[in-house]
Amino acid sequence: MTAIALSTRGLSKSFGSLEVARGIELNLPVGARYALIGPNGAGKTTLINLITGMLAPNAGQIFLDDEDITALEPQDRVRRGLARTFQINTLFPRLNALEAVTLAVAERRGIAMQFWRNIAVHGEAIEEAYDILAKLRLGEDCYRPTRELPYGRQRLLEIALALATRPRVLLLDEPAAGVPHEESGEIFEVVAGLSDDLTLLFIEHDMQVVFRFATHIIVLVGGAVFTAGSPAEIAADAGVREVYLGTRKHG
Amino acid sequence: MLPPVIGVLFDGIAYGMLLFLLSVGLSVTLGLMNFVNLAHCAFAMLGGYVTVLLMNSFGWPFFATLPMAFIVTAAVSVGFERVLYRRLYRASDLDQVLLTIGIAFISVAVAAYFFGTTQQPINVPSYMRGSFNVMGLDIAVYRLFLVGVGGVITLLLIGALELTRFGAQVRASVDNQRMASGLGINVERTFAVTFAIGSGLAGLGGALAIEIVGLDPNFAFTYLIYVLIVVSVGGLGSIAGSLVAAILIGVSDIAGKYYVPQLGAFLIYLVMLAILMWRPVGLFGKR
Amino acid sequence: MSIISEAASGPVKYLKAQTRWHPIETVFWLATLLPFFFLPDYLQLASQIAITALFALSLDLILGYAGIVSLGHAAFFGTGAYAAGLFSKFVWGEPLTGLIVGTIAAALLGYASSFVIARFRHLTLIMITLGLGLLLQEAANSASWLTNGSDGLQGVTIWPLLGYFSFDLYGYTAYSYSLAVLFIVFLGARRLINSSFGLALRGIRENPLRMPAIGAPSRAHIRIVYTISAAMAGIAGALILQTTSTVALDSLGFERSAELLVMLVLGGAGMLYGGLVGSTIFMVARDQFSGIAPQFWYFWIGLLLIVVVIFLPNGILGGLSKIAAQWRRR
Repeated sequence: MTAIALSTRGLSKSFGSLEVARGIELNLPVGARYALIGPNGAGKTTLINLITGMLAPNAGQIFLDDEDITALEPQDRVRRGLARTFQINTLFPRLNALEAVTLAVAERRGIAMQFWRNIAVHGEAIEEAYDILAKLRLGEDCYRPTRELPYGRQRLLEIALALATRPRVLLLDEPAAGVPHEESGEIFEVVAGLSDDLTLLFIEHDMQVVFRFATHIIVLVGGAVFTAGSPAEIAADAGVREVYLGTRKHG
Repeated sequence: MLPPVIGVLFDGIAYGMLLFLLSVGLSVTLGLMNFVNLAHCAFAMLGGYVTVLLMNSFGWPFFATLPMAFIVTAAVSVGFERVLYRRLYRASDLDQVLLTIGIAFISVAVAAYFFGTTQQPINVPSYMRGSFNVMGLDIAVYRLFLVGVGGVITLLLIGALELTRFGAQVRASVDNQRMASGLGINVERTFAVTFAIGSGLAGLGGALAIEIVGLDPNFAFTYLIYVLIVVSVGGLGSIAGSLVAAILIGVSDIAGKYYVPQLGAFLIYLVMLAILMWRPVGLFGKR
Repeated sequence: MSIISEAASGPVKYLKAQTRWHPIETVFWLATLLPFFFLPDYLQLASQIAITALFALSLDLILGYAGIVSLGHAAFFGTGAYAAGLFSKFVWGEPLTGLIVGTIAAALLGYASSFVIARFRHLTLIMITLGLGLLLQEAANSASWLTNGSDGLQGVTIWPLLGYFSFDLYGYTAYSYSLAVLFIVFLGARRLINSSFGLALRGIRENPLRMPAIGAPSRAHIRIVYTISAAMAGIAGALILQTTSTVALDSLGFERSAELLVMLVLGGAGMLYGGLVGSTIFMVARDQFSGIAPQFWYFWIGLLLIVVVIFLPNGILGGLSKIAAQWRRR
């Protein structure tokens, strides 16, 4: 019985009369490759916001390993190994990639508050940041300001920033969103190359990608889990096809 | 015999109505476009000077100048919106603050140049100057007038907001700009019209303020602080919020100065800080 | 240094090179010595400029680097001034200890308010900084038994610096003292900006939403920089007290805070030297045009603000560095 890395119990959230999450139950075993799919407005990003703490739930609990993290602030959840990427690039426009990832590494190492020491003394942190960037093939571009990078590279930087926090659970929100089909392969190679110990939940609209990477699919509709199962089960499920025509690449 | 506290309350409400007229435009435009217009009270000042000019140089009667104060200010604000403000809708808070403070500075200089730095007197009709006795309390006619005007405008605004199609567009745009334009609402045009009306109301407020607090070139900044307090306490984009906050601040200020004069302006700053720390979005604000 | 050669030398060397002392900085600081030789009649003004530059530097830390728009920063300036003034009046007039007292007073106030400041953003934050500043000004006004109200603190005597250099009308001591303190604090600020903490501050400014997502405790960072910034403003306030032997309510006021914002934006925020350049230009201009009626002054300042926002969004230094970058590319 594999350990459960991330789970939620009865997670609910509503804005007035609008229910965006209804009693969501989730169990991600360690090393999972789970996909979260569903039509637009189903509440997929909302669910990630709830799990990461950017949104406070009205009811329910979230567990990381066995720890109840429901009351923790977002940065404390990251420190415990829960990271996410954003569907819309949420980067530091005027910092270059090296600075951005170094910042993330420095925060993780707890050295970011040392205001009396020149940044260059933190050689290990900087090298670590550079290694992460090199692995994602951002090494040469790492000295350019983020806002000058082409869109596809920025999406890779999104992932680099998340990886810099050394997560055990990584939530990817449409990692290749907006990237032309020819370039998105690079991003998914990166995703494929992620360690087996890393637990992954990714939101995706492209069903080819989903079937290629996911071992398990969760279908979210109207804020609630519609159904879940292996790719074969979901592909055969008429209800899913009815609710979400799955061959489109962009929702 | 009515106790003096009722008199203080009444004065506070009258002052609050004035603050409401001065603030409601800023609250709605901030809620609509998140555009920080610190020149808002410069527009109010313009309305005041329009009244002064029409009355003292052209002999217009007081009540006739009021609609002109509204119209002229609204028209001028449209000019500014077209030429300058439009460029900065997506700019940072700081840039908007600086640009509009710059406009306010210029307005202060221009006002001082044309009208001098002293307070401008106007002669409202003598029947507006008096007061009548209600159960032992002196109620000033002008203050009653202010309460009346404030009440009528509030009803008109709420009616327009709730009952007209334009009002519905404004409400939708304040609620969620992206969805509103997705529904086919021309958010920028909605904003332009709302901005003009809001500035016009400020101009009207400026004209009405002369008799109560006086008009000099520093008005643009002195009352800006009050207006900002009302807007942040009331909540952005809310007419009801502006009204409640304006009355709250008006009463606190008058009551504070009457009962505890050493505290001076202290009280309203404390009220503002306390409310903002409890509810950062303001009493009726969203997000 | 082109990007390619930087890349060849490795990431650590690259980041170190970014923090290296640039020759133009040496020119700048050497130039600050010129008034001693060429403008001996203006040394008092020069010391006022140095003090204001320090004040602007303190605002740059929170505004230019952490993105906190404050309309109430003069609160810390005034606190430093009044604390140093009261210290010299009731304890003793030794300037260096007075400086420390002013700094600590401002730092404590900064630390206390940082807990509130760190929790808010946008208009609410602006209003809270404004409100706290106005509140302090009113309190100082009401406490006229202590502050002497709008007449300003009287009876302040400052002992000669290091027991020998007295503060006189010629301003040699005043300018040397202010310039030395400015330089030392500047070095500290520069070190802070070039540290990992400086990087974190820029992260907060660039994208406050991403910071918690990388595990950063933004509020703690803001509390630290706000306290340091308040302390620096307090140093400037203590200096002005000591070099002019008086302080009045306007040192705490909204006009002072607004003016400071204008100076910093004029020079360019987020570049460390912007506040120094902006305050120099502003104060020299104000001195030259001091005969003109205040209305005209406001007119030109207003126009300047509009021009800067629309055409020079990164201030004068920003404009200059853009020109330099274009010239380098040719």
